Amino acid sequence: MISQQDLLKQLRPLHVLVRSTGHITSSGRGFAKMSADDLVGHRVLEAFEVLQPSGVANMSGLRALCGQTVRLRLRNSPDITLRGTVIDDEAEGLILDLSFGIAIVDAVQKFDLTAQDFAPSDLAVELLFLQEAKSSAMAASFSLNARLDGALLAAESEAMTDGLTGLHNRRAFDNAMARLGQSQTGYAILHMDLDLFKHVNDTLGHAVGDVVLKRVASIMRRNTRKDDLLVRSGGDEFIILCPGLLDTTRLTGLSNNLITQISEPFQVEDDDVAISASIGIGTSSLIANASPDEISEIADIALYAAKRSGRGRHVFWTASLGTSLSDLDMPHVAVR
Amino acid sequence: MHGLIFRTIEAFVSDNFGPDVWEKALLDADVQITSFEAMLDYDAALLPSVLKGCASVLDRSHTTILEDIGTYLVTDQSHASIRRLMRFGGQSFVELLLSLDELPGRTRLAVSGLDLPDIKVREHQPHSFTVQCSNGPAEFGHVLVGLLRAMADDYGALAVLEHLGSRDGSEVIEVMVVDTSFAEDRGFSLATDEAQVVA
Repeated sequence: MISQQDLLKQLRPLHVLVRSTGHITSSGRGFAKMSADDLVGHRVLEAFEVLQPSGVANMSGLRALCGQTVRLRLRNSPDITLRGTVIDDEAEGLILDLSFGIAIVDAVQKFDLTAQDFAPSDLAVELLFLQEAKSSAMAASFSLNARLDGALLAAESEAMTDGLTGLHNRRAFDNAMARLGQSQTGYAILHMDLDLFKHVNDTLGHAVGDVVLKRVASIMRRNTRKDDLLVRSGGDEFIILCPGLLDTTRLTGLSNNLITQISEPFQVEDDDVAISASIGIGTSSLIANASPDEISEIADIALYAAKRSGRGRHVFWTASLGTSLSDLDMPHVAVR
Repeated sequence: MHGLIFRTIEAFVSDNFGPDVWEKALLDADVQITSFEAMLDYDAALLPSVLKGCASVLDRSHTTILEDIGTYLVTDQSHASIRRLMRFGGQSFVELLLSLDELPGRTRLAVSGLDLPDIKVREHQPHSFTVQCSNGPAEFGHVLVGLLRAMADDYGALAVLEHLGSRDGSEVIEVMVVDTSFAEDRGFSLATDEAQVVA
């Protein structure tokens, strides 16, 4: 018959035999890698600290834990918590049978444990396998999510851009307006329509029309600041949103430059193209506490006024133009 | 069918022969997908088409391709985790062979939904094993042959493997372990750093 001590040594790599004096008489092979010096001969409570239940100070305290789950640690490896049970050996001594529990992953790293350090029936190695497999699967999952996220961003950015000119579209404009509504920054909104564009499209064809629109977009880019939002809001309708720009002289300069450059005659293949542009301007300083939508609306009214007063020019909104397009049926409009 | 299977074929072809070859293989297979995702599910009927496309573009039999994929899984650095997970099966090549019947269970534990065939291993005379695969993706045995060849190298063992074809609905592989310490074992420790796991 195999002795109790040999049986435990073979079956339980993390066990400790303690005699009545509290000294360790034998320990499992698993402790060899965990503890620099042999546990045998040391007092059990000098080698181990019982964490749960707390307040265990002597052999009789330890004996009182028989049958309970205890959590303890080696005093010289305080970061690895062991879990186990205390058994009365019915010869005045105690048997502690321990395992790493959930600390297994840290313990394997720290003590460089191998499969031989665990009992063959122990599920420790399966637990480690599962931990690694889970990490790999998570990594694959993360990478799929990252790719999907990238695709979503690309799709969103595409949905904010006008495919022909590369300018922003109406949706991007609405988003920017919503943001402006939240902030205290002053701003100007310029609504610009091309004059005679329909005529170009009808007589020279859509291909030429597309070239004209791209040219206008590049003129807009050349004349505006980095922070300005350039929008193609419809067929030949554009909007420029200038955060922080309220200065009338500078807005006049910008409008004149745009109109002059857009009005320069040019050729597409062999066709002469002559168009122009009208601009209506609204700024947040014109009406106190107005929402961005209201400012956009008065810029549109100013644009309407610019077109009615002869095209190829820009108009600042003034109170006399009213705040609704239907107010605009007056025959004469002041032009700056 | 689990995306990992398709993703592995894609990675094997693109890594070794270039993305254009993979593109051609998919065109040839007449599959309306340009890239497979590891964590999505695909129609199992795609597998024979994809393999046929690869075989025709790479100009080699699809059984050779399957074997090469098995080897690639173990040896390629981008799949270091698979080599490690295989090494969990045993401390020697023979132990690994004898633990192969656990492989489908281990695989399910690692990735639920990734179903491998049932595997039975018998040591019919010392150092001579028969491995049988049944009830799974057809011709998985060829992947297993490539994978076991690479694992034998990993353990430093010299083994001769042969796929004997199908018998009574099971694929039969014969493994002769000639020398268990023919070359140096590449080594394996249970402890790992995060980088290794993620790779």
